[in-house]
Amino acid sequence: MSTEETERGPRRTNPESPPNYNFSSRSKLMSSTSSSQLVADKHVRYILMAEKKKESLESVVMDHLRMNGAYWGLTTLDLLDKLGTVPEDEVLSWVMTCQHESGGFAGNTGHDPHILYTLSAVQILALFDKISILDVGKVSSYVAGLQNEDGSFSGDIWGEIDTRFSYIAICCLSILKCLDKINVEKAVAYIVSCKNLDGGFGCTPGAESHAGQIFCCVGALAITGSLHHVDKDLLGWWLCERQVKTGGLNGRPEKLPDVCYSWWVLSSLIMIDRVHWIDKAKLVKFILDCQDLDNGGISDRPDDAVDIFHTYFGVAGLSLLEYPGVKTIDPAYALPVDVINRILFTR
Amino acid sequence: MHGRPRNAASKPGEEATSAAKAFRLRSLQPQFMSNHHQKIYTQEAVQISEELLKINPEAYTAWNYRKLAVEDKLSRSDDSDPSLVNLILSEELRVVDEVILKNLKSYGAWYHRKWVLSKGHPSLQKELQLVNEYQKIDSRNFHAWNYRRFVVEQTKTSELDELQYTTDMIYDSFSNYSAWHNRSLLLSSLVAKKADGFMPKETIRREIDFVYNALFTDEYDQSAWFYYLWLLDQTVKMETPLRISSWPSDGSIIILSGPECFNGSSSKFTTFCSESGSFPLILYFDQAVSGVSSSTVTVDSELKGHEDLVWEPVSDKNSPVSSCVWVARLEFDSTEPCFRTENKVKVCLGKSRGIVSSRGCNLSTPYEFVFTVLIHDTVGVSQEGIVSWTGDGFDNWDAQSKDLNSLIALDHLNADTGVEWRKKAIKMEIECFRRLPDSKFGKLILARLLMTEANVISDDAVYKEILQLYNDLMALDSTHDQYYKDELSVALLHKVTSSTESLSRYLFRYRNMNNIVCLRLSNLTLSRIAAVDKLLFVQMLDLSHNELHSADGLEAMQLLCCLNLSHNRIRSFSALDSLRHLKQLRVLDVTHNHIGGKHPVDTTRYLCSSPLSNSGGIGREVPSKYWDAYLVLGDLMKLKQLDLRGNDLIAGEEFSSLVRQVVPKLVWLNGHKLAS
Repeated sequence: MSTEETERGPRRTNPESPPNYNFSSRSKLMSSTSSSQLVADKHVRYILMAEKKKESLESVVMDHLRMNGAYWGLTTLDLLDKLGTVPEDEVLSWVMTCQHESGGFAGNTGHDPHILYTLSAVQILALFDKISILDVGKVSSYVAGLQNEDGSFSGDIWGEIDTRFSYIAICCLSILKCLDKINVEKAVAYIVSCKNLDGGFGCTPGAESHAGQIFCCVGALAITGSLHHVDKDLLGWWLCERQVKTGGLNGRPEKLPDVCYSWWVLSSLIMIDRVHWIDKAKLVKFILDCQDLDNGGISDRPDDAVDIFHTYFGVAGLSLLEYPGVKTIDPAYALPVDVINRILFTR
Repeated sequence: MHGRPRNAASKPGEEATSAAKAFRLRSLQPQFMSNHHQKIYTQEAVQISEELLKINPEAYTAWNYRKLAVEDKLSRSDDSDPSLVNLILSEELRVVDEVILKNLKSYGAWYHRKWVLSKGHPSLQKELQLVNEYQKIDSRNFHAWNYRRFVVEQTKTSELDELQYTTDMIYDSFSNYSAWHNRSLLLSSLVAKKADGFMPKETIRREIDFVYNALFTDEYDQSAWFYYLWLLDQTVKMETPLRISSWPSDGSIIILSGPECFNGSSSKFTTFCSESGSFPLILYFDQAVSGVSSSTVTVDSELKGHEDLVWEPVSDKNSPVSSCVWVARLEFDSTEPCFRTENKVKVCLGKSRGIVSSRGCNLSTPYEFVFTVLIHDTVGVSQEGIVSWTGDGFDNWDAQSKDLNSLIALDHLNADTGVEWRKKAIKMEIECFRRLPDSKFGKLILARLLMTEANVISDDAVYKEILQLYNDLMALDSTHDQYYKDELSVALLHKVTSSTESLSRYLFRYRNMNNIVCLRLSNLTLSRIAAVDKLLFVQMLDLSHNELHSADGLEAMQLLCCLNLSHNRIRSFSALDSLRHLKQLRVLDVTHNHIGGKHPVDTTRYLCSSPLSNSGGIGREVPSKYWDAYLVLGDLMKLKQLDLRGNDLIAGEEFSSLVRQVVPKLVWLNGHKLAS
């Protein structure tokens, strides 16, 4: 896994090209990236095909997290305004086969329930405006039941603790409008106890900051109206320094850039209103350069193998970069803005 | 699929291996599932889960199954024979070890290891050796580092040994951020325990010398820079008292009057007009604090009795206990004007402990200030006229008159609060970085150091140097130019407010409104707001023709009644969230901004209390269209004049009628007087 490779070598900046990117002008953003365009149709086809290719090793290895895969694929389709091409009833009935007696969902039929897949299931139902088919009380009780005395959350009955699960619980319960089922104050205090010297957050107290984990913690704080706990300038600067000279973002200092951080870093920067500190045009170009222009799909870095995870994060990143033709995604709930607005506001 | 080349599968050998693995996995999965569902834990069945996990270490259900199998074995084994228990657990650890070596990033495998140990396996010491081996393979793996901290805690391994381990790792590679991170934790713990040889000042000095090695070896390596900045922050924070400013400020004279007092009488003092017969007493702390109450703040006043003042934080509802700004309302009797009588008010903070910052900093030394109140006659002229920001309604401030001193004691605010030791330490660092060649981090740190120094000594030359550094950085590192731009704005505002002389250049009096003080900071290319602690007295503020995209920071300026934000870069009403705290705001101009739909991504969506953040409008019907306008404008209770012209998408009758519905007191909208 080469995200462990380091991003080395002197960072060169070119003083001869002064900053000319104006955030209030979209036309400049697009003209500077005209070399490559989003091949939306090919990505749609890639996602629809991926569901049918069950023979390959990737497909078998990902069998246990099919619920996540479905969420990534379906959200990408919705961002590209192609959710209608999916057989909705088929998807929904499969999702419901993954629910256990406890209320939690498994990553696929026959697997064990886990909070990771419970959120994905709820998000998928939200995409189709079908939260109503859920027994909300049961699902929310499953999630709330995973909160520990110190405010943290376990992923399932076996007790692994991680701030990822705090985010998932809070996001899931907010979508279901059941946040009152947990002790929000303690949940927030636990997340704050995972804050580090660089303003970032780790998976448990003392753990190193990581952009993915930062998204989870900042997202959970955003959803609970607790962003005052974030040192926005300190964290914002650390996050904007994730942009490397190719324009891509890495997840930790001295690491290689990766398309998935377009989501983790960008969404965090947006939630704390510091996204203007990165060069958006360069990042758009980096994401577009990671597309497989022939067969669709997006990879972690240019010329690597594509997968559905990076396809989702690439398209979601472009959405956060206001790329034309991509619907806007909400940086905290990771659902299209129209979907989450439909749930939380009156129509 | 991280880091796998796109066309890798074309190599025939790999393709065959991968196909074979896929085939094997497909045959293992149903067998495993069947065993799991039927709770079969025979050796053969457990073996299938092992083979499956070796091909796919992330198959979490298989790890769950193995936990059940272990519990099953333990329940059937003889409790009195610990070696048998060990045998079962050791076998499990062997499987985990083999899987982790195949994939060092498998969450499931690492957690399984912890779980097995929690079942009572005694050989924790061996775990440290094992994790050493893993860290040799991947020195940045955060699972391994987390596991290491877990084992160290369980085995009570000496923190000094661990510190040495980070030293070794850092000498292996200066860019090992994970090691620097762990080092910061260990040192914080040693310093907190007052361990021998780890007194705060000597530790910081020693660490700064240590990190220099790395800084000057590779000036592009971020790891050491972040660590150095942390050390610097520790230096700045150490023994630093809270900085406080207030309105009314120490030594100031204010005039109070009853409702609708804007009758044109000229005064060099702040006139505060109140409809409710009370005026705000504002405290501003440089860090968010809690514990401001009538027991921690005493007020001695010749006005009415103020024994039970209610202190309220200016903050969002979800953070009711901690805020930088606290306000209490003092009552006065406007029906009995006594212009000739001076009423002295003395405020004292921190006589009894309880005011604590979120960083844990206590208000240790009591802070006192005295101001004088004059009560003016009430005149029944109402202000229904439109406030105009252009034209000749403004008079220059007479800089020579020293009037400003009656409004605000800037020089007092700049009083030297530094400890000798810290000042010396910062001076040393400044000297060091002045010698460093043109590196990005070197320049940035120098600028930050100089800001720390400038806050203490307020030297114009220092501000000039800071502004130059940020200008250089914008050219040197164009990717982050907007970051430097924001820092430049902050430095510029600190410069403007650094002395009475400097500030008075931006002050005017607005003739049509009782000559109230107007601060005009227009056309300064400001991209963010800062130094509000020096501006608490301002009632009229012109920030037009800047580059602001948010009103964040203005919430502290509790006296603001007129605000001009025209010709900025505000994109949504959510960016005006801070104005919801300005209870006096009557005139707001946001013409010629970018409010509307051209930019779908709203960067202040979560900094604005709303149902999205479970923090505002709960229980109310908030329409999804214009939700932020609905919530933000709806909280501007006193707004009489609002101008929104020149924005992208908010023209039209639908929006106007929403505004009139949520702001019922509005008299002027977009330059037109509304029919009442």
